[in-house]
Order: sequence, then structure tokens, then C-alpha cells
Amino acid sequence: MFNTGFKSKWMLLFIVTMLAALVVAGCGGGASDTGAKDQEPGAETALKGTLTTAGSTSVQPLSEEFAQAFMAKYPGTNVMVQGGGSSQGVKAANEGVADFGASSRNLKDEEKAYGLTEVVVCLDGIAVVVHPENKFVEDLSIEDVCKVFAGEITNWKELGGPDSKIMAVTREAGSGTRGAFEEMVMGKDAKISDTAIVQPSNGGVHQAVAGDKNAIGYLSMGYLDDKVKTVKVDGVEATVDNIKAGTYKISRPFIYMYKGEASPLLQAFMDYCLSDEGQAIVAKHYITVN
Amino acid sequence: MRRKIEWLIEKSLLLSAIAGILIVMLIAVFTFLEGFPFLAKYGVTNFITGKVWGPSYGEFGILSMIIGSFYVTVGALIIGVPIAVACAIFLAEMAPQRLARLFRPIIELLAGIPTVVYGFFGLIVIVGFIKAHFNVPGFSVLAASLMLAIMILPTVINISEDAIRAVPKHYKEGSLALGATHWQTIRYVILPCARSGLISAIFLGMGRAIGETMAVIMVAGNTALIPGSVLDPVRTLTINIALEMGYAYGDHSSSLFATGIVLFVLIICLNALVMRLKRRVTD
Repeated sequence: MFNTGFKSKWMLLFIVTMLAALVVAGCGGGASDTGAKDQEPGAETALKGTLTTAGSTSVQPLSEEFAQAFMAKYPGTNVMVQGGGSSQGVKAANEGVADFGASSRNLKDEEKAYGLTEVVVCLDGIAVVVHPENKFVEDLSIEDVCKVFAGEITNWKELGGPDSKIMAVTREAGSGTRGAFEEMVMGKDAKISDTAIVQPSNGGVHQAVAGDKNAIGYLSMGYLDDKVKTVKVDGVEATVDNIKAGTYKISRPFIYMYKGEASPLLQAFMDYCLSDEGQAIVAKHYITVN
Repeated sequence: MRRKIEWLIEKSLLLSAIAGILIVMLIAVFTFLEGFPFLAKYGVTNFITGKVWGPSYGEFGILSMIIGSFYVTVGALIIGVPIAVACAIFLAEMAPQRLARLFRPIIELLAGIPTVVYGFFGLIVIVGFIKAHFNVPGFSVLAASLMLAIMILPTVINISEDAIRAVPKHYKEGSLALGATHWQTIRYVILPCARSGLISAIFLGMGRAIGETMAVIMVAGNTALIPGSVLDPVRTLTINIALEMGYAYGDHSSSLFATGIVLFVLIICLNALVMRLKRRVTD
């Protein structure tokens, strides 16, 4: 008798715990929901409320830094940053799914037709990189880079190196970095070869190039370090100054865009990004626009 | 009171069972809803037999990935299963109690390592090894298979060992009493009796290998071409989804869900095949 009572008590406890967990989970969701939308009346007007953004994963780390600094400066505001990719960002801004979208490439013609307001918040260079032990390649013409990635040049000896096969490393289809690289290096006619190794992130490309003497790849400037060697393109080094001056060709803007009139909160955020304070955040990894 | 509690327990168990089934159904329905319109538009045959994958210019052929998944999985089984079964025989039949007690938790630990860690290991050690010895980039079918072979070890070993241990003791005693050696007993009595369990073990390992994503993405090279040799890079169905989902939209995104459908159907077929095989073996 005692035994069954004991067991069922445990079972009861178990069920009660489960129910409690459910209730707590439910409340948790509710609480955060109201928290995000609550707007305290009476306080300083304008800068309260929530902004959402979606788009390029290249821009995402920068957006998150902007958001944190902005929220710290204006308590009561909430900026939620999501990824999704540049194309998603444009779509989200156009359809109003997010308050503003982020793109790490210039808008395509059909995207320009949406009539979105574009704000360029910074510039990023895409550097062509090889293994540090690769001593024979210092400078490549943009045509040669194109031919290497198109699979027309497949051996380092064609570029003045030893007789070994080139391992080209690229990003996956849809990537903003790949999109920008295709637009600026490959042009309209050439395609990145199917035989190139595909890595899912800048970090992956970095890892692959750093680990293979015959590798060549392209990286966002934020990822450059001494584990990979940066190659000059058309005789120009990938530096902040050269990109600002427009002499280094492979660069792209990070763009925020929104549809129609900006709300006061959105306007404040855009102003913040372009302010000295905002651009100081940019300067840590990328190239300022002013 | 007691009856009420009984009733409550019974119903809550039923509810849990339904929840499990419901989740499978939901995932299936969701995948199909997202991917089916694309399949209808592009054509199932075009999709499955197309050799070119170029979402940015409207080519969606996943033949290379179906073949890629097949190669990588078969490779993993060829390398992993003999080792795993041998290990299970050793643990169940030969190892002294104390040694087996030491080995088992270590093997189980293998199952607890996060897949990204496997991937990182594969990237540095396996890819590096192949690169150094074969003078190729190293991202390859072989690298993926080797790594998956390691990853399926705990699953296959554990279930095989259970199957071998489940063989009634008097079979073994009878065989030994007839003068058979220990190895002959294992080979002709124990393994044949355990084969149903062994098939389950191999199949579960295969399921793990076919579904693994994160680890293979780091060592496979991910080119959407049919590999010509085990040293060529490869892209599997799971890699395709994980690799491109982040940036895809429109048709590209739907095509990835359609890839998911193909994977889903493939696994259901394999499941059915193994069920049938198992029934034939046990009959």
C-alpha cells in the first residue's frame, strides 16, 4: 500500500513539474512579447520602440554592434538584428517584413525598381588571398583572377609559379561576398567554375586557404590576417586608403534600405550609423564612408 | 483515486506518443508544402537527373548530390562497419570484464562529441593527412567517408554488442561442447543468430551517415560535381541544404526544400528496404 502510494506520489510530482514547466514557458514568451512592444507614455517622445532588420550575414556583425551601441545610448529602444542574406534583406525591406533591410552588394536593376531609400553605411573590400608560403604570386591582373576562378587557368605555372594545380576556393551560391566578387571580377560573361571548392563562410575560406599551399580564395577585408597572404590586384594593394580612393577595384558597399518615409526612430538609427560615433564602430573592421 | 491516477498516466503517455508522431508529420508536411510547388514547376525528372547546379542562372540539378550522398555513405559503411562489428565481437565475447568496462564508456563518449568538433578534427587531421600523402587538396569523398566512419562507430558498436549478447548462452555452449573452437562458434553460431540485430546496427549507422551535415560540410569540399574518384571533392544532399539555405530566396530556397523532399523519400525507401531485409533474415 505504502509502496504504490509512494510511486504515484512521484508520478504526480512528475506531472506537476511538467505542467509547471509549461506554464513558465508560456509566461516567459508572453512577458518578452509585451516587453518588446510596451511603449511607456509620457516619457520623452520619439525614441521609444522596436526596430527590426534582416539581410546580409556579412553586414550582420556590424548591425549588431550598431544596435547595441544605439540601445545603450537610447534606453527604451530595441533593435533586433536578423540574418537571411542580402536578397532577403531587399525583399524584407520592400515587403515591410522588417523596418529596414541590409545588403552587402549593390542592388540589382530589378531591385532598384522597388524604389527603396538606400543608405551606404560603410565600404568593405574583397581581398584575393593565397597561402603565405606562396612566394611567386604578388600581383595579379583582374583578368587573371577571373580566369583562375573560371577554371581557364588551372596550374600555377601559367602564373609563373611551380607546376602544381591551383585549388580555387569560393563561396556558396547566394552569398553576398560571392555576388559582389562575381559582379566585380567575373563580369557578365564568366562564371565561377564548378570545380572550385565551396566553403560556407568567410571563416571557411580563410581556413581552407591557410591550410593549402596551392589555394587561392577571396575574403572580406575584416578576415585578413597573417595566416593568408593578400595579393595585389592590378598592382593595387587591398588597403583602406586604396579603397577610399577608388583605386582598388574589388570593393562593395554595406547598404541599409527602407521603403517610404522613415519613422523618427528609424531616422535616428540611420543618423546614428552615419554619425562620428557610428563611423567609429565601422572603423574598427571596415571602411568609413565620410 | 488510484484508478484516476492510472487513467491520467495512461493518457499522458498516449499524448506523448501522439506528439512524437505529430512532429514527424508536421515536418513532412512543411517540407512538402515548401518544396512541392517547385518540383511541379521544374519537373521531378529534371531535378533528380540534372547534372548542373547553378541556382543563380536557373539550373537546379541534384544528380551529383544524390550520387555524392551515396558514395560518402557507402564509403563510411565499408570503412566503419568491419571495425565496429569486430569491436563489438571483442567486447561481447573476448574482452575480460574489466577491460570491457573500461572500453564501453570511452566508446559511448565518442557518441557525445559534437559534430562540429568532428568536423574540425576532420578538417585539420584527415584533410591534412590526405593532402600530405596524395598531393591533392584533401577535401574529398575519402575524407568525408573516413570521418563518418568514425562517427558511426558508437552506434554500430553498441547495437551490435547488444545483439551478440542477446544470443542465448546455450547455443554457444552447445557449439563449444561439439568441439568447435571459439572463433568457429562466433563465426558460424553467434554471428548468424545475431544478424537481425547486426542489420539494425548497420542501418542506424547508415542513417546517421546519410543525415550528417555539419561535419561533412567542413571536409567534403562541397563542389556540385559527380566525383570521379575518392579523392575528388563532393557535395551531399544535406550539405546542399545547409550550405545555401542562409542566402537563398525564391526558387533557390524552394529548390533546397525540394532537396529535403528527395532526402526524405530516399530515407523512407531505405527504411522500408531494411525492414523487409530484416524480416527475411529472421524468418
